[in-house]
Amino acid sequence: MEIIVCIKRVPDVSEAELDIDRSGQGIDEADLVYGINEWDNFAIEAAVQLKEAHGGTVTAITVGGEDDEEVLRRALAMGADEALHLRDEAFEGSDARGIATILHKAISSRPHDLVLTGAISGDEGSGHVGGMLAAMLGIRQVALATALTVDRSRATVRHEVEGGLERVVELDLPALVTVQTGLNEPRYVSIRGIRKVSGMEIPVAGAADLGIDPATVGLTGAQVVTEELFIPPRGEGAEILEGDDDDMVDTLIERLREHGGL
Amino acid sequence: MSERNLLVLVELVGGEPDDSAYELASEARKLAGGGTVAAALIGSGVGEAAQTLTAWFDRIHVYDDPQLAQPDGEAAAELLTTLVERDRPWATLVPHTNNGMDAAPVLAVKTGCPLVADCLSLEAADDGLKAVRTVYGGKVHARVSVRDAGQGLMATVRPGSCTTAEAPGAGGEIVTETVPADLVPHRRFVETIAPEAGAVDLTQAEILVAVGRGIEEEENLEIVQSLAEALGAEVACSRPVVDKNWLPKNHQVGTSGVTVKPKIYIAVGISGSFQHMGGLKGGGFIAAINKDPAAPIFNVADVGIVGDLFDIVPLLEEKVRELKG
Repeated sequence: MEIIVCIKRVPDVSEAELDIDRSGQGIDEADLVYGINEWDNFAIEAAVQLKEAHGGTVTAITVGGEDDEEVLRRALAMGADEALHLRDEAFEGSDARGIATILHKAISSRPHDLVLTGAISGDEGSGHVGGMLAAMLGIRQVALATALTVDRSRATVRHEVEGGLERVVELDLPALVTVQTGLNEPRYVSIRGIRKVSGMEIPVAGAADLGIDPATVGLTGAQVVTEELFIPPRGEGAEILEGDDDDMVDTLIERLREHGGL
Repeated sequence: MSERNLLVLVELVGGEPDDSAYELASEARKLAGGGTVAAALIGSGVGEAAQTLTAWFDRIHVYDDPQLAQPDGEAAAELLTTLVERDRPWATLVPHTNNGMDAAPVLAVKTGCPLVADCLSLEAADDGLKAVRTVYGGKVHARVSVRDAGQGLMATVRPGSCTTAEAPGAGGEIVTETVPADLVPHRRFVETIAPEAGAVDLTQAEILVAVGRGIEEEENLEIVQSLAEALGAEVACSRPVVDKNWLPKNHQVGTSGVTVKPKIYIAVGISGSFQHMGGLKGGGFIAAINKDPAAPIFNVADVGIVGDLFDIVPLLEEKVRELKG
């Protein structure tokens, strides 16, 4: 089984104080720590587990700049067999459809029984790249998988749907599945593991290699254009308590009492 | 151009239109500027739902077929592609729900419509649409624009972000659409899984202490459980805690978990993603404890403590126990 897993490097913003950069269209990246997009980590693990069970190869693909190679190395360390780095200045500023277009060109020419992507990315967060890619490839897709098994030419997918329910569906391969967090327990990647794959060559492909008209991707080709980023007004609703821990907790208890919590 | 025709994809939950249908109807009405606001309703045995929608939409395109008993994003995309290509609405609005995320990107590629995802607000512009959406886990908002190249536009809209107006009493016309006989051979439905009922029913709880990623380690859950015990509350959680198998799925509050409506909700180490907050209804009192002052939870909470939960939670428990004697 030929499995392709599409991954992305994103900043970890969970506890970071974010600032808008001077252009007004990006965030200050100086103090941020980058790593694998959380959802994609589950996708890589799923790909590697399926390969271990059924044989075949896993190819990890990312669209990004030089620094983004790090997530491909990480995927190789987790057990991916090959990696492909789609890198070109013309790709910069792509919207979700642009990214899907680039991935489509790279994937359509190689065997793909199963394509996995993270369901969402921690930066742009559109949740739409996977579905768009599937439509472009002309293959079946299911979004937000929480369980995934493959039996010969058929995938069984449990995925999140309406009203807090999950639905189990079967679909014929080739197919694309977008992966939710919690699908598995992604294996730990040690520094030694990364070192082991440091010698592996990672091919790079640009717009010309993929036969992509640069005008259809990147900022030029983007249909959705970011005009401005801003930090939403903070604490609009919340009364942020002040003082030392004792004072804050006392006031909190007062508020809980006022609202019938004690 | 001031009159615009819009199309809304209605999400059904348990056979009834989801709240998002009315939110999108209201938002579409604002954008339409006197134009037509139509709905697409897809399911099996949806006559009653269609009737309900006549108060909100000028036209309801009904796809009613046993093949459509289980919502299926690909089937929805296929049906809507025909509809969008036939009627070419100025914009198609889809709720940014799990099912919406399943259908919208496929529909956008099939129709060639530009798609902007997960919008908080929409505004018509001369040459297209302007929207505000969140990026970086809700910590940053982006003003984006989409230009209409002639095919019409698409947006998915976050549930709960638009206000539902009064039903305009539109007296909508129900249009029965044909469903191709071989529409859904792609996905074969196996079963629907509801979260297993737990020992406690969180939906009936008056007070919930909810714990998130900030708890760091499984053994730290103890401080939260012990606070809940002191308060006579139940313990709930956000997704990361379930992903790590520290608590069962039926404790997860959110759009992919349980919907709760407590009088008091104490969020401990929860950042407050919209997927989590989407499971919290009923307008109860929300207290948040988080060390990150920029956590989105502080935008929706009533009272907040920016601090270390490992200091605050045990102190709160101690004081609650003192008070209760």
